Amino acid sequence: MALSGLDIFKLLPKTNCGDCGVPTCMAFAMKIAQKKAELSSCPHASQEAKAALGAAGEPPVRLVKIGGGKGLEVGGETVLFRHEKTFFHPPGIGLQIRTSGGEDKNLEEIRQFEDCRADRVGEVLKADLYFISHDSGDKTAFLRTISSVKANSTKGLILDCPQEEALKEGLGLLVNEKPAVYLRKPLTETDIQTAKTFGTSLVISASSHQDLAAQAEKARQAGLADLILNLPGEGLGETLQNNTILRRSALKKSFKPFGFPLFARLGDDDGNESLAAAAALLCKYASIIILPRFDRALLYTLFTLRQNIYTDPQKPIQVDPKIYAIGDPTPASPVFVTTNFSLTYFIVSGEIENSGTSAHLVVCDTEGQSVLTAWAGGKFVPEKIAKFIKDIKLEEKVKTRKIVIPGFVAQISGELEEKLPGWEVIVGCQEAADIPTFVKNVNLI
Amino acid sequence: MTFEIPKENNPGKIVAVTIGATAAQGGTRSRSVTIGGSTALPFHFFEGLHPHPPVVAMEVFDKAPAKYPDSLREYYQDVLDRPGDMARRCVADFGAELISVRLEGTHPEKGNRSAEEAVGVVKAVLAAVDVPLVITGHSHFEKNNEVMKKVCEAAAGENCLINYVETNNYKTIAAACLAYHHTLVAQTPIDVNMAKQLNILLADLNFPSDRLVMDPLTGALGYGLEYSYSIMERIRNEGLAGDRMLSFPMLITPGAECAKVKESRAAEKDYPQWGDEKRRGAYWEIATAMSLLVAGADLLIMDHPQAAKVVRKQVARMFEAQKEGMHGALRT
Repeated sequence: MALSGLDIFKLLPKTNCGDCGVPTCMAFAMKIAQKKAELSSCPHASQEAKAALGAAGEPPVRLVKIGGGKGLEVGGETVLFRHEKTFFHPPGIGLQIRTSGGEDKNLEEIRQFEDCRADRVGEVLKADLYFISHDSGDKTAFLRTISSVKANSTKGLILDCPQEEALKEGLGLLVNEKPAVYLRKPLTETDIQTAKTFGTSLVISASSHQDLAAQAEKARQAGLADLILNLPGEGLGETLQNNTILRRSALKKSFKPFGFPLFARLGDDDGNESLAAAAALLCKYASIIILPRFDRALLYTLFTLRQNIYTDPQKPIQVDPKIYAIGDPTPASPVFVTTNFSLTYFIVSGEIENSGTSAHLVVCDTEGQSVLTAWAGGKFVPEKIAKFIKDIKLEEKVKTRKIVIPGFVAQISGELEEKLPGWEVIVGCQEAADIPTFVKNVNLI
Repeated sequence: MTFEIPKENNPGKIVAVTIGATAAQGGTRSRSVTIGGSTALPFHFFEGLHPHPPVVAMEVFDKAPAKYPDSLREYYQDVLDRPGDMARRCVADFGAELISVRLEGTHPEKGNRSAEEAVGVVKAVLAAVDVPLVITGHSHFEKNNEVMKKVCEAAAGENCLINYVETNNYKTIAAACLAYHHTLVAQTPIDVNMAKQLNILLADLNFPSDRLVMDPLTGALGYGLEYSYSIMERIRNEGLAGDRMLSFPMLITPGAECAKVKESRAAEKDYPQWGDEKRRGAYWEIATAMSLLVAGADLLIMDHPQAAKVVRKQVARMFEAQKEGMHGALRT
């Protein structure tokens, strides 16, 4: 079973050469023990070390890359619940393009899909993949669709093509794009040869756990390392359970055939049902989610969910420290001060908006900590707040000379006033939900 | 390679809680609703029992929220100020299994309606529909206590779900629930330890455990959802591991939370990258509800008819799979 960092260290050359990308052998050993590195990164590892580490050295869920350049990396997960550590690699979200859809319509969808990106808390949210289904029988249509995606996009491709000849020609167009091949039918020798020849990863589909295990094992024996598993159930309930069983087997039982990212493709409907399924599957281990058609509102919703679930629970998301305009403030509007923990910012700005008052919200840099934590940690204290207010030249930007601080840090009001000559510090409410009431009852300008 | 489904045998079990009372049970509802009773993580039919599916309540008000989004007004515009009619529509047209009556208008800053007016609203809704009720209050302790006492008394015997008490204000309302036979929601702010502590305080009052539901507080998608999600997963894991003070069914409020956020409101012309606002209104609530459902939600208070419908449909489908004998017999 799993070796400790120290056990692994004993097997390493102990030269601290750094060739593995980690400065010391000890640090490298620790990374292997945490399943964050692989022994293969060490060019000097002995045969003995390789044999001993063998299974213990591989990460429990393989990290698989699709796409050229930076590409999309999925898998590499180490926990069943995000609160145990974090989920590392956000799932790839893709769009299904059918060759039967017609060239013009497909090009229009590709253009929309490429244009679909949005900013949210300092992150650019966008999709990652195209899933090209050859369902027209016309080989040239398939090849033209691939060329069209390649010409308009740098996203990864997954090819779903039942015709061997068309598939090979398609892959020939994508020698630097590291595509994946989706198999509708059980894995064959031909599939293995094609994957090896073109260096693609494979999406393996099955209808039972036993069958999936057999196919994955066959691929592994043949030397294919980059697999993606597809075990759809009759409905969402069965698929969710399958995903849990596969991931639990990989993480808790070290069952190697299931140590790969998981695949999900959604059926077509009015959008509500596919989103409902996508949301549940995104939480429960799907690493690739393919949508049946372009729907901007659905994509934005799913991007946001992906950002939420794949946030490191130990590293809160931060917003940029600066002055935010809430509503439509004038220089005479009131000024609130808070921290740059994203949730604090969202809730405070939302409640100021709910109060119907326009205001300036000064968001200080507290390294993403909430009000009380930041105060206790010395990051939301009078000298830092005063310095920030001077640095951003608040005095030149507003006419009012009153600022509202969160009620939880009432104790800093005196000292903050000393550090900000000419300003009156008003102690606000403790809970953001009370801001609308507070605004009504206190003269802030 | 032989494969065996890795199953977990949980020592704990989520408490089964019944809301609403029929004539035989001392009330006037046509049926009561039971939630909880699970012996495994949500929808894990392969390793445990889920005797009661999660249920969807829909929300009516004594006073419509000031910023009620257009994506919802579309469905309720003509009945927003008539909670009885709105409740009837939620049940008859949108399939609500319970109705939540929110008494926000009794808050001193939001209308300051009297306790008597609140009782009138609750009675009107009781008369309009025959499903069990959730009665939702607010954070102004003094006024809320006064209102809830009167409402508990007026609805005596109906076994409403009284929503909510919190750590600094639980005794008065818990006592009223005991006296008039209602079920209670214990609300705490996204924290496992605080949730457990409040449940212990209620147990110290001899509040019966089969009349308690937890609200670990819902963050809408994009507004703290991940905190709610992980706290709920932790609570459910602890409950199943045998911590009896964390083994109660959980309530979430995707409707009210999503109705507050900009994404349910902002027009596509102002935010072209966010897509069609009508669809987005439903989507936002669906994604919030579905993710928290897999984290352990047992009772969902929802606003958007399309979101409520699709969540109920998915839940029903998942439970059909259980009936068809999939329990313990996934296709290996």
